[in-house]
Amino acid sequence: MTDLQHVADARETSGDATPPPDERRRRAARRDESPAGRYGPGFLVKLALMAVIDAFGVYVVWSAWVAESWVILGAMVAMLAVANWVYFSRRTVPMKYVLPGLVFLFTFQIFTIAYTGWVAFTNYGDGHNSTKDDAITALLAQNERRVEGSPSLPLTVVTDGDDLGFAVVRPDGTTAVGDADDALAPVEATVTDGQVTAVDGWEVLGRQEILERQGEVTDLRVPVSDDPNDGSVRTQDARTGYTFKPTLVYDEAADTMTDTVTGTVYAPNDDGQFEAADGTTLQVGWRVFVGFDNFTTAFSDSRYAGPFFQVVVWTFVFAFASVATTFLLGMFLATVFNAPIRGRKLYRTLLILPYAIPGFVAPLLWSGLLNRSFGFVNQVLLGGAAIPWLTDPWLAKFSIIAVNLWLGFPYMFLICTGALQSLPTDVMEAAKIDGAGRLRTWRSVTMPLLLVSTTPLLISSFAFNFNNFALIYMLTGGGPRFDDASVPLGHTDILITMVYSVAGLDGSAPKNFGLASALSIVIFVIIATISAIAFKRTRSLEEIN
Amino acid sequence: MTASTLPENRAARPVAAASRRRQPAGRWFAETGWRHVVGVVFVVYAVFPIVYVLSASLSEGGTLTGSNQLFDSIDGGNYDALSGTAFWSWFVNSVQVAVVTSIGTVLMGAAAAYALSRFRFQGRRAGLTTLLIVQMFPQMLAFVAIFLLLISLGEVVPALGLNSKVALVCVYLGGALGVNTFLMYGFFNTIPRELDEAAKIDGATHAQTYWTIILRLVTPILAVVALLSIIATFGEFVIARVLLQSESNWTLAVGLYSWVSSLLEANWGLFAAGAVISTIPILALFLFLQKYIVGGLTAGSVKG
Repeated sequence: MTDLQHVADARETSGDATPPPDERRRRAARRDESPAGRYGPGFLVKLALMAVIDAFGVYVVWSAWVAESWVILGAMVAMLAVANWVYFSRRTVPMKYVLPGLVFLFTFQIFTIAYTGWVAFTNYGDGHNSTKDDAITALLAQNERRVEGSPSLPLTVVTDGDDLGFAVVRPDGTTAVGDADDALAPVEATVTDGQVTAVDGWEVLGRQEILERQGEVTDLRVPVSDDPNDGSVRTQDARTGYTFKPTLVYDEAADTMTDTVTGTVYAPNDDGQFEAADGTTLQVGWRVFVGFDNFTTAFSDSRYAGPFFQVVVWTFVFAFASVATTFLLGMFLATVFNAPIRGRKLYRTLLILPYAIPGFVAPLLWSGLLNRSFGFVNQVLLGGAAIPWLTDPWLAKFSIIAVNLWLGFPYMFLICTGALQSLPTDVMEAAKIDGAGRLRTWRSVTMPLLLVSTTPLLISSFAFNFNNFALIYMLTGGGPRFDDASVPLGHTDILITMVYSVAGLDGSAPKNFGLASALSIVIFVIIATISAIAFKRTRSLEEIN
Repeated sequence: MTASTLPENRAARPVAAASRRRQPAGRWFAETGWRHVVGVVFVVYAVFPIVYVLSASLSEGGTLTGSNQLFDSIDGGNYDALSGTAFWSWFVNSVQVAVVTSIGTVLMGAAAAYALSRFRFQGRRAGLTTLLIVQMFPQMLAFVAIFLLLISLGEVVPALGLNSKVALVCVYLGGALGVNTFLMYGFFNTIPRELDEAAKIDGATHAQTYWTIILRLVTPILAVVALLSIIATFGEFVIARVLLQSESNWTLAVGLYSWVSSLLEANWGLFAAGAVISTIPILALFLFLQKYIVGGLTAGSVKG
């Protein structure tokens, strides 16, 4: 960019933040004069970047249209509009800098928090996974029976690379092919001995491959036509297919499901399931709002309330004990090494080593060290004892705090060292002159000053440990389990690991996103309360000015 | 206690060093000696698990029991065995995710901090307050919602769905503003505004001022944020575990956990070797750049 262009650029944008009226007028006049000055290399880079972003945006909008995801489509259109406006308008200079971070912040943090709030009031989870339409389709698909007297169809298992499909020879001799998503459609195919042996665009699966993917083959349902009431083709032996039809019929007008075999009529209920007059329900339901049911479950359901309160108490105890122990040890060591001694630098480096180890290595390492039968602590340090460090309810709690002490004291050591070094020396001297001993000086001068400067960090450390998922999950997995085994929770579970277990994301328990989100909201409320108190005390809000 | 630290101490405290030499032994112990005792005890406490894992990674059998005799055998077998597993792809994944997240975090955080520090616009105060509030709620609290969101996103754009490293990076970038922005905001405020104004008078645009003047002056804080971000991302476990489903896409945290959680006894040597290798990059970063990180931590404390 030449100097001349610099000047032109500067003139164009210099007053963007708060242009005085006369400046604005002059600028408007100049805009007509010479727009060429704006098109420097910077502008071209911006243009190229925006082109890429717009292209991506259009792709997302198109895909969302195809997938019928209206929310994503709307959000993407809005984002594109905002982005183009911000980067091609001259009145939005601050936004040009904030927008990229803001987009991610909104999508992956603020939206997810709001979404958590929404899910907390629904029964989202196993059996209530989707919309009512999806539930109806799933119900029709799952409750199928072979159509009496329907002809057997010679069938060949084919694949288009990833997905499996069926190629069949119909009773009238025509051939058709389809897969799970696309219904059977007529197609030209080579037929040998009454079986399809080759078909365009599909590859015939060999015997070995069929054996390998046996489960997939027997689970595959290829719809006969686009109407789900026509049923679908399934196979048991990968050579012969039969038409299966749903035993349930959905009556759209009355919004009921009727079982064609027994004649029972199921009507939708408030829990998002089809329910018969005698109270039996169909397996697959859909998401509905359940109000405060999830919160009621957490606080008063006989299965959850007991463990929930134990978990809450332990969460607070753990977070508090973690901060207290690590801070005390860190402060002690910082005080010890605040005096000039030989090798201080080396001591300091070695002492903070645990802090420099990735967060996931330490708990895993300690879970081996503390192993009851083979671990180093029992075998070597304690001469072959069999102390259940991680499997006894009380010892496991103790072990967790001890391991966290090892992990956490270097951080406190660093902070306290920093704080001690910045303490004013004149107060110390004043205390000395007044005749205070070493201990007295420490208790009445050093300690209070240290607490003042470290309190904000202690509070954030509390909040961190309150949600120290990795430590608990990797060290004990929340265990040992509570005796009441109806819920997948244990004596060392904290709230965040309870959320994980209840959500059932690792497959160890039925999925219950609604309850899990409700528990997340409880954590949000607790943290908000703690932070509000912290803010009041430290008044860090004032620093914004 | 190494010789290398000695001159520094002596130079810094010549009086203390001189007086120490004249002290009787009892007095010396009361003043200084006990500090060495404390130091040695806690250094052993801090370092012994690290020594142990090093020894376990070099032990021959690779079992938990076999690792209890420290440095009983020195054998690279466990390290060789790593290449027969998915370990190296986990390592590459972790590094990729951490580095890309860190670059994104620095770019977006610095830009936001620049705007907040240099421009006065409507909603600036509200924006800062919102950031302050939002950053108190760690992203991982909403992992259920993140999981559900990515299911929906994946139906539209597979690259942003579950089991995608790109999606993982995007989720991490959701936390890019927040703590980091505050750290940077404080630092940006210490750069005199006169510099911007001088540049403006010389005819620089806001973009030129930002890219060529301000960013160069705030390099230290950029380094700190990049490092803290790498370290945090490298060690992150919950979100990675929830989102990444197929073994080849796992990060180190998820992969090593799977080794220890299943068949702890048999996989111990592998885990130890993997742990040593995954510790090295972070440890190296940390030790070389200790000064900056400590500075960053204390700066964070000032800004709450």
